[in-house]
Amino acid sequence: MSAIKFDEYEYPMQISFATWKKLFSFGRFFLKDFAVVIVFMSILALTNVFIPLMTRYAIDHFVLPRSITGLDIFIIIYGLILLFQIVSVYLFIYHASRIEYGMAYKIRQAGFERLQTLSLSFYDRVPVGYLMSRMTSDCNQLGVAFGWILVDIVWALVYLVASLVSMFMIHSKLTLQIILVLPILTVVSIYFQRKILAQQREVRKANSKASHAFNESIMGAKTIKSLVLEEETVRRFHKVSSDIRQKSIRSAKLSAIYLPVVISISSIACAFAMVKGSNQVIAGFMTVGFLNAYVNYVISMFEPIHDIAASLSELQRMQASAERIIGLINTEADIVDDPEIIQTYGDFFNPKKENWPSIRGNVDFENVTFRYKGGEKVLNNFSLHVNAGENIAIVGPTGAGKSTLVNLLCRFYEPTEGNILIDGVDYRKRSQLWLQSNLGYVLQEPHLFSGTIKENIAYVKPDATMDEIVEAAKLVNAHSFIQKLDGGYNADVGEGGGKLSTGERQLISFARAVIHNPTLLVLDEATSSVDAKTEQAIQHAIEAVLKNRTSFVIAHRLSTIRYATRIIVIDRGQVVEMGTHDELMKKQDFYWRLYTKQLIDERSKSALGTKDKE
Amino acid sequence: MRFVPANILAELFDHVLGDQPSRWLHWFQSLPILKNVFYGDRLSQVWFLGLCIILSYFIQGIANYVRGIYSAKASENVAQSLRNRLMNHIVRLPYAYHVSASTGDLIKRCTSDVETVRRFLNLQLVSIYNILMMVTLAIVLMVPVSLKVTLLGMAPVPFMFIYSYFFFNKVILAFERTEKAEAQMNAVLQENLSGIRIVHAFGTQQSELDKFTKVNTGFFNAALKAIPIESLYWSGGDFFSAIQSIVIIVVCVLETYYGKLSVGDLIVLTTYSSMLLGPTRQLGRILSNAGRALVALGRINDILDTPTEKEPENAKRPPMNRDIVFDNVSFSYDNERKVLDEVSFRIQAGKTLAVLGNTGSGKSSLVHLLQRLYSPTDGKITVGGIDIQEVDSKWLRNRIGLVLQESFLFNRTIHDNISIAAPNSNKRAILRVIEDVQAKDFIENSPKGFDTLVGERGVTLSGGQKQRLSIARTLLKDSDILIFDDSLSAVDSETEAAIRSSLEKRAKEVTTIIISHRITSLMTADHIIVLQDGKIVQEGTHEQLLKQPGLYRQVYEIQIESGEEHVSH
Repeated sequence: MSAIKFDEYEYPMQISFATWKKLFSFGRFFLKDFAVVIVFMSILALTNVFIPLMTRYAIDHFVLPRSITGLDIFIIIYGLILLFQIVSVYLFIYHASRIEYGMAYKIRQAGFERLQTLSLSFYDRVPVGYLMSRMTSDCNQLGVAFGWILVDIVWALVYLVASLVSMFMIHSKLTLQIILVLPILTVVSIYFQRKILAQQREVRKANSKASHAFNESIMGAKTIKSLVLEEETVRRFHKVSSDIRQKSIRSAKLSAIYLPVVISISSIACAFAMVKGSNQVIAGFMTVGFLNAYVNYVISMFEPIHDIAASLSELQRMQASAERIIGLINTEADIVDDPEIIQTYGDFFNPKKENWPSIRGNVDFENVTFRYKGGEKVLNNFSLHVNAGENIAIVGPTGAGKSTLVNLLCRFYEPTEGNILIDGVDYRKRSQLWLQSNLGYVLQEPHLFSGTIKENIAYVKPDATMDEIVEAAKLVNAHSFIQKLDGGYNADVGEGGGKLSTGERQLISFARAVIHNPTLLVLDEATSSVDAKTEQAIQHAIEAVLKNRTSFVIAHRLSTIRYATRIIVIDRGQVVEMGTHDELMKKQDFYWRLYTKQLIDERSKSALGTKDKE
Repeated sequence: MRFVPANILAELFDHVLGDQPSRWLHWFQSLPILKNVFYGDRLSQVWFLGLCIILSYFIQGIANYVRGIYSAKASENVAQSLRNRLMNHIVRLPYAYHVSASTGDLIKRCTSDVETVRRFLNLQLVSIYNILMMVTLAIVLMVPVSLKVTLLGMAPVPFMFIYSYFFFNKVILAFERTEKAEAQMNAVLQENLSGIRIVHAFGTQQSELDKFTKVNTGFFNAALKAIPIESLYWSGGDFFSAIQSIVIIVVCVLETYYGKLSVGDLIVLTTYSSMLLGPTRQLGRILSNAGRALVALGRINDILDTPTEKEPENAKRPPMNRDIVFDNVSFSYDNERKVLDEVSFRIQAGKTLAVLGNTGSGKSSLVHLLQRLYSPTDGKITVGGIDIQEVDSKWLRNRIGLVLQESFLFNRTIHDNISIAAPNSNKRAILRVIEDVQAKDFIENSPKGFDTLVGERGVTLSGGQKQRLSIARTLLKDSDILIFDDSLSAVDSETEAAIRSSLEKRAKEVTTIIISHRITSLMTADHIIVLQDGKIVQEGTHEQLLKQPGLYRQVYEIQIESGEEHVSH
């Protein structure tokens, strides 16, 4: 399991080749584009080197001797070179952009596929926002890096080599002297680029502090007002905003001084070349046209050096993005099916359903002990036998291990010790997808996907007929409210189901579980209270859903608890009481206390009319 | 390509290496100071021209440096002042504004809109200056050499301008479509990640992958459609430059053939004319960015134009440890539904008032009105006989400690959160309040104790822990009136009882208002009012209220009697 780095602003100093190698493996889909970019970027660089030579030809052959013989051919050649240039520009932009978007596409696709198979333990640890920025901005930036840094480096290298070759051909001795300026330019450029990169990172950090401050003062507006923190907030923010200003100006200063410095260095070399070259012209060893071309080469020499230095520091920045996204793609799931299991039953994306055994719904917890990574024991030597068709209610105080129990049953986590058997077979001897396909899960906070009501009910069974969908909705009492919606079953639920109330979302999520017709059902009952009518509808829905299946309900409502065939009371990871409602009430112990407290809460709430808070 | 200053090269080629008369070198040669430099030979002239090259780049460098610094300073100053003004304005906007405004949109305006304006000022404005400079330079340096060639060189400029303007708009449109496709992809991604438990529970990895592949491909395809347009835009610009450079060089060659121009002239004309089109090509981008910057500025101004909270003229700062009177107070958020309907009551200084009410009965509005987060639609609220509308709002809020229902903590250390409203408190006072709110244990158990960061980058606190800290910060500041707006809902009853008993000890001089659903929190108050749908339906002491039928007794029976039964076992 690779480490996840949460800090967005740390840039590694070393380029890790393993990471880039992995990234380049995505490049195999764009080999043609890479080839086109390399070829045409080289052609472009060559035309850039060639044009001063054309001017030199015009000077030495037409202007100085005052002749126009061959001007027509000159025009044609010159036109062709410029045409090459235009075509190269078109092709390199086109293909570099293809690489940019294509690489991002491929990397993102691989990241998404991995994300689907990672265990929930991973999601408990890593915030969604972090994953979002890996999958969006990091992927985009890597795309840019692949497309455009390549463009810059190819151009710079070809241009540098070609212009040096031209310079050697014009005057090799002089070039040997001039070339001494290259290492100076390189050192200065790399020095500045590094500093600029570091300073830009400071600017970004300061900017994110400002966004954070705005966020805080907008979200906390009420608190700020009631505690009279306006002045304090503004005063604090002045520090943040002047910090951005200072750092941005410092960064701008670095950039502003960098180009003048390298150009000044180049200009000394240029002046030197001009003086020496003029002597050669006077002595008759060089023509005016060549001298003109030569000095222009010298003054432009810093450009490829600058491009390379900038690309290198950009690569350093990209390294951080690359490590984060590759780290994600290389993350191993905590729960992986054995190769033999995959061989027999298939994996998430290629299931071999024909080999899947049918399921009856007997569940056994055999001496199950569980602890979260590095944490304390949440379940301790827990055993439970559940017959097919039983409805189990799980009750207990917060932190007792209720959620852990169902997480283990769903195989979101696996037991640290002990086994969980389904129909007498250890569930690790079946594929994860097999279990999940026979499992229905209704969450406390129902999560809907954007789309229509119909699509959400048929989420697990996209080929469900309209009759099946309506039947499912009717079974859970959702049909009547759906019909009242604008568009009925085709009504849009909005992002995350935002256009529906919590109660309505719950009903839809019941319908979604029903249409799936799972043998095992897990229900994490919602605590949020809804209005009496919806409450009643939900109650009926729960009864309908639980019928004829093995079910585990983390129960909060008394009515649901009473409906269960068996109630298990857990505290600190162990079963403390077990039995039917009447049996447990007679004992007047743990369950009885919980029940009474619950009763008080429910009755007060209904007396005070606490409504759904949306 | 960079160019060596063309005029220096022209002088070198025409005068020093050629046989043309000098353009400007003779002027330097005639200067008395430089007499000793020129021995009249070509070598010294060449050296001098070499120095001129270095000097011209050096001066150009200084100019660029100064320009860079000043445009950065100017744009950063504008951005800083925008940010400061926004922050200053936002915290002073009426509370009602914050309730209705969308947080995400506000934050976007304060960050990315300011950034758009800043970038435009820093980068694009300079480009406009660059274009003007280039055109002026072209006219000054090229026209004396050849008017004809200058005009030919300038000819493509308006075309380039029109072309880049219209074509760039096309590019922008294409990329807007791409951005839309990207937003769709992000939405699917976000939904998948936040619903990953559902995906796992139902085993829908394959169909999720299909869904994502569709939008991811959609984004890629949208980009593929935009790319040729952009490639064409840039290569089309190059086409103009190519035509221009061929025409210029051919015309120059012909002019020299007829003896009208020299080598130096050719270099001057080709160099400067090729420098004309580069900046012009940027104009399309600049104009469209100018449009964006204006829109961004407009959105920023929307915020700055919203009126802030009004302070009464000659605001009073009366003592607040006086009787509080609600006199026929009505309140409505939308002028339709009355949240409070002619509510009247009096709290004597130093006494405790408790409020019970069903959801939506207007309990929270009551205390919001007292802190003047909103103003009554009708009636008035007085403290010591003075209408609070005439009281300086900061004074009022400072003297009234309100503990809100939802506890918002700042992303600072625990210590800073507690002392936020009373930054000069000493250690002893802080220790006392955290003991009063039963927060000592969990603070000491936090990784860095008092210096533990709260929130995003620090520890995540439970609802009850947050509530206790938010009570602590209110207790730490010195208040005449304390209000607890259902602010102990997330702590268990035992902790609440402990907190309450320590509060009673300290709150002798303080007028207290308690809103709660728990009878145990309300029953010891000097006066209790029961609100229903914005009206006071019952009031009196605990004993009085128990004697009459109504909500209070009903809730009491549910909570206390069944609870007592429970305790007795």
